[in-house]
Amino acid sequence: MKFRRHSSAAFLVIGLLLSLQCLMIVHAADRRTAALPAIQEKQRMVKALQLTDLCLFTEARYTRHPAMADFHSAFQDGPLSFEHFPSGSLVTPTDLMRDYRD
Amino acid sequence: MIELKNVRKIYNSGRPNEFAALKGVSFDCEARTFTVIKGPSGSGKTTLLSILGCMARPTSGRIMFREREITSLPERFLAEIRRNAFGFIFQQYNLIKGMTALENIMLPAYPGGEKRSVLEKRAMALLDHFNLCGKALSQIERLSGGEAQRVAIARALINDPAVIIADEPTAHLDTGLSREFMETMLSLKREGRTIVMASHDTLVCGSAFVDRVIEMRDGSLECKGAEA
Amino acid sequence: MIEKQRNILDFTLSSLLRRKGKNAALLIVYTLVVSLLASVLFFTHALRKEAGLVLTDAPDMVVQKLLAGRYDLVPLTYADRIKAVRGVGTVRGRLWGYYFDAGIGANYTVMAPGDQPVAAGSISIGEGIARTRKASEGDVLPLRGQDGEVRLFQVAQVLSPQSSLVSSDLILMSERDFREFFSIPSTHATDLVLTIANPRERATIARKITQALPDTRPIIRDDIARTYDSVFSWRSGLLLVILASVVVSFLIFAWDRASGLSAEEKYEIGILKALGWETSDVLFMKFCEGLVISLTSFLAGVLLAYVHVFVASSSLFQPVLKGWSVLYPDFKLIPFIDAFQVATLFFFTVVPYSVAVVIPAWRAATVDPDAVMRA
Repeated sequence: MKFRRHSSAAFLVIGLLLSLQCLMIVHAADRRTAALPAIQEKQRMVKALQLTDLCLFTEARYTRHPAMADFHSAFQDGPLSFEHFPSGSLVTPTDLMRDYRD
Repeated sequence: MIELKNVRKIYNSGRPNEFAALKGVSFDCEARTFTVIKGPSGSGKTTLLSILGCMARPTSGRIMFREREITSLPERFLAEIRRNAFGFIFQQYNLIKGMTALENIMLPAYPGGEKRSVLEKRAMALLDHFNLCGKALSQIERLSGGEAQRVAIARALINDPAVIIADEPTAHLDTGLSREFMETMLSLKREGRTIVMASHDTLVCGSAFVDRVIEMRDGSLECKGAEA
Repeated sequence: MIEKQRNILDFTLSSLLRRKGKNAALLIVYTLVVSLLASVLFFTHALRKEAGLVLTDAPDMVVQKLLAGRYDLVPLTYADRIKAVRGVGTVRGRLWGYYFDAGIGANYTVMAPGDQPVAAGSISIGEGIARTRKASEGDVLPLRGQDGEVRLFQVAQVLSPQSSLVSSDLILMSERDFREFFSIPSTHATDLVLTIANPRERATIARKITQALPDTRPIIRDDIARTYDSVFSWRSGLLLVILASVVVSFLIFAWDRASGLSAEEKYEIGILKALGWETSDVLFMKFCEGLVISLTSFLAGVLLAYVHVFVASSSLFQPVLKGWSVLYPDFKLIPFIDAFQVATLFFFTVVPYSVAVVIPAWRAATVDPDAVMRA
């Protein structure tokens, strides 16, 4: 009688997962090359329109244009106002905001 | 073959529940003999068998196996000896539930590094010897008491050990199965193996194949010597 | 040697199969936890990478005017003062603002492009607007201007979906229409964009501009380009929350395993030792147990995360990312994957769990089998 080993099945499953991983890597590389024209188009548009931000969160000014926002933006509606946009918790003011006034 | 010199075994040393299971036991055992250790529960039989089978280290004393001292061998070598030279049949069988009979039998041989196909062949041969071929892939829970015991014996034999150690093997068997068991032990003895068994079953102690019966009480041997 | 390891692996697997239900549940949950974390890593990294690539030609510098801490229109006379600063190339006014579409509650960004102007009376709209307003080329879009009057604009073009990451909510109109629509005089602009020949001079020029014009705020390209690095860094809100919950889950798993073996497991180890297994064999078996589960979870989790983020457009994150936005971009991200992140994830997924399985077994495995059997 021939009996099937558990470890053979395990190697098969792991092998399958690993080959799917390889497939994933190939797919990603393929998609990257295919996306090149799209990236170039976006770069063109950024240059032509002099854009500064990606269009990700259109709720508020400072979530739509985080590069243009400053520390006060979230609270401009009132001196004691809190953050009230959900994506404001995702788009926090960056460390890179600099004040060039000495 | 096996020699114990003034072996002591104390559990929970230094604590209030300190307990001396063996109090200076000296014992020797020739090859190809069938020795029975008789005594009431609590007399230290199981402890003696554990120490004989390299499953426990004595608190003091020396153990010789095949003329070699093994008392203070590192765990690795002790495990190797235990695996290759001894086959243990426990009172509760201690088969692993949820696994097939075949796998249980092969278990002691896994660390040996032999190819699985070789192990499977050997295990099947043993199952065949005990008329259990049909139960090879059955789970342990589904076996009857007698079948389970035969699997336990087969497991003890997978590495072709020189010594068989059995702890109260007939405790849960009826007369018929007990007799069958003793027949098996006899054939093993005839194959050239050494057998050491703990039992207070009169059927065992009074058996004609037994070379020697040793009595134990409260951690020491009462008498030592050949009896027929 | 290999045979011995394989034999022990066989036993490990049959041991896992013996508690099918529990181990299956463990595997599934661990996979989901890994895929959640991997999804966040893939998402943020891909966005950062794309932002970095796409914003390479963002303006060298943007100069805003502030009034009482808010943005004010910048007078075009400032452009002359700025041009006088050494190192500044061209200075142009940008015209852009926001339009709130009350009908559907969406915010649009309205721009009047300097180059390639749009014809009067016409607009180009981003694909997000086309989607939400169900508008296409040739349609007429009514927009309410600053003075409250509704104006009709004809959609001349829908911007390509390929550019949606930057243009999804844009409305482009001619400069005249823009100034008329928002009542912005021809003397002012929203902000000024500069070209600066030498990138290393940007910070210096920014300082000089603030000295010359104290009510302005310059923003240089380095900061613009790296905004998204910090928006999606691990300290940002989204990532921190998810990271925290994932770390807690991992800890719960590890604690469950590390808090000790069940009596049944101890008993089994005792049997193995009694049968002649060495301590190292038992520990190897335990390690395999942890490795099998965590490795499978890792591989499956990463695959799931990839499919979720790059094939299904991170649909599970939509409620979080969308917030109150009505206009929501289609996150068709390009698969940029950071191998280092994946390797780190592998390390943190597999190693702690495998170790957490082995450690509690250590004690049971080193004790004399006799003692374990008696207990």
